[in-house]
Amino acid sequence: MKTTLTINGEPREIEAEARVTLLDALRHEIGLTGTKKGCDHGQCGACTVIVDGRRINSCLTLLCTQEGAEVVTVEGLGEPGRLSALQEAFLAQDGFQCGYCTPGQICSATAMIEEAAKGWPSWVSESLEGEAVLSREEISERMSGNLCRCACYPNIVDAIAKVAEARMAEAAE
Amino acid sequence: MKDFAYLRASSCDEATTEALEPATRFLGGGTNLLDLMKLGIETPARLLDVNRLDLGVIEELDGGLRIGATVRNSDLAADPRVRRSYPVLSRALLAGASGQLRNMATTAGNLLQRTRCPYFYDTDMACNKRTPGAGCSAIGGFTRYHAILGASDACIATHPSDMAVAMAALEAVVEIEAPGGARRHVHLADFHRLPGDTPHIETCLEPGDLITAVILPAPAGERQIYRKIRDRASYAFALVSVAAVVRMEEGRIATARLAFGGLAHKPWRDAEVEACLEGEPPSDDLFDRAADRLLQRAWGQGENDFKIPLTRRILTAALREATGGMA
Repeated sequence: MKTTLTINGEPREIEAEARVTLLDALRHEIGLTGTKKGCDHGQCGACTVIVDGRRINSCLTLLCTQEGAEVVTVEGLGEPGRLSALQEAFLAQDGFQCGYCTPGQICSATAMIEEAAKGWPSWVSESLEGEAVLSREEISERMSGNLCRCACYPNIVDAIAKVAEARMAEAAE
Repeated sequence: MKDFAYLRASSCDEATTEALEPATRFLGGGTNLLDLMKLGIETPARLLDVNRLDLGVIEELDGGLRIGATVRNSDLAADPRVRRSYPVLSRALLAGASGQLRNMATTAGNLLQRTRCPYFYDTDMACNKRTPGAGCSAIGGFTRYHAILGASDACIATHPSDMAVAMAALEAVVEIEAPGGARRHVHLADFHRLPGDTPHIETCLEPGDLITAVILPAPAGERQIYRKIRDRASYAFALVSVAAVVRMEEGRIATARLAFGGLAHKPWRDAEVEACLEGEPPSDDLFDRAADRLLQRAWGQGENDFKIPLTRRILTAALREATGGMA
């Protein structure tokens, strides 16, 4: 069956069986291999992409359900010479070792910072109705859907905290 | 995954009629169903996508809220009305899954998710849920995550939801549309079934039935607590959880609505426990008596025996906090 959607700003038409996941379509049909297949069961977060502004696991999403959707992958966030703030921060803070989880971490964090900017609370937020301030504890909780087998968590949190701080300052202005 | 026919429902009427065809499953967020299809545990011939039905809205209703079936878990947790008047529900939702999964998972799908019993997930093992009459490999196996209340010789699985536990304590009602358009309402506490000798039948839904909404009545208490104990700090299912909705009056417990996760095949409520608390001034002695009642028929499998004292402690902690004492 045919699915029409936008991927990184480009309109696409993909012909695939109903059982093809968004993850497999991105990698095999479009050739966007930045999005990674880790567990393929929604447990590791390596396949995280942003659909209509929300971070989701592309391994648990059927392509055919995404008719009309706007998908952003790690390739759509930036490119060499024009990296996004989080891509720069992961490099500057050494937020990876093997790098396999990194595209998922960066897509997830990109959308997570916007969730916090909208005031969404988390399980560790003291108040459900206060402002969402991205402390290290908050970042760890909100990023718990992205595993790093190299355990680069301290540097991943550093990278996200840097960008989150700048984003919050911008929102406050 | 085995191939299937994909259909998109354009009305509730069409959805319930189409769902009468054998081996048809509704598709919401897909976070549990697609996982089970990849593993060959669910093998529907047809998937009926209900995401484009007009069921994604939260609206005010008779002093409460009507939550559409396809409202995403993250949107429900963040809704200002839920955060203000039903904090136990926001907390429970935020205690479950990950940010990505909550962005996909729906209200109805959360209620209908299957157990995470490892023997249900392993198709080489006997499981009465997968194959009625096959037996239960969990009994005598690794039982850390299994039930201590309401289990049977056929099944000791638990229901994994946090959301449903909070909804049970809030006395939520599930709105269901049957083929032909008739709507009925079922108390959340009666929606899921205990396993008995038919653990493959998990809810009161009949063929073709579509959940259209969950309705929250005006909250019965302003003191709302959700506590959850799990094996890691985030992104893990509950070993034990409790939702407490308590109203105090002149130093006494006027009403107490308690529901527990991780203990049984359904969110566990016990009217006797609530009755023993109501009208009494809070004290550790009273909480102990409540725990005695709650656990009088608790039965461990060995590896999950620890859940019995753990439930007592989490109940006491939640009640201390909810009645104004120290947590």
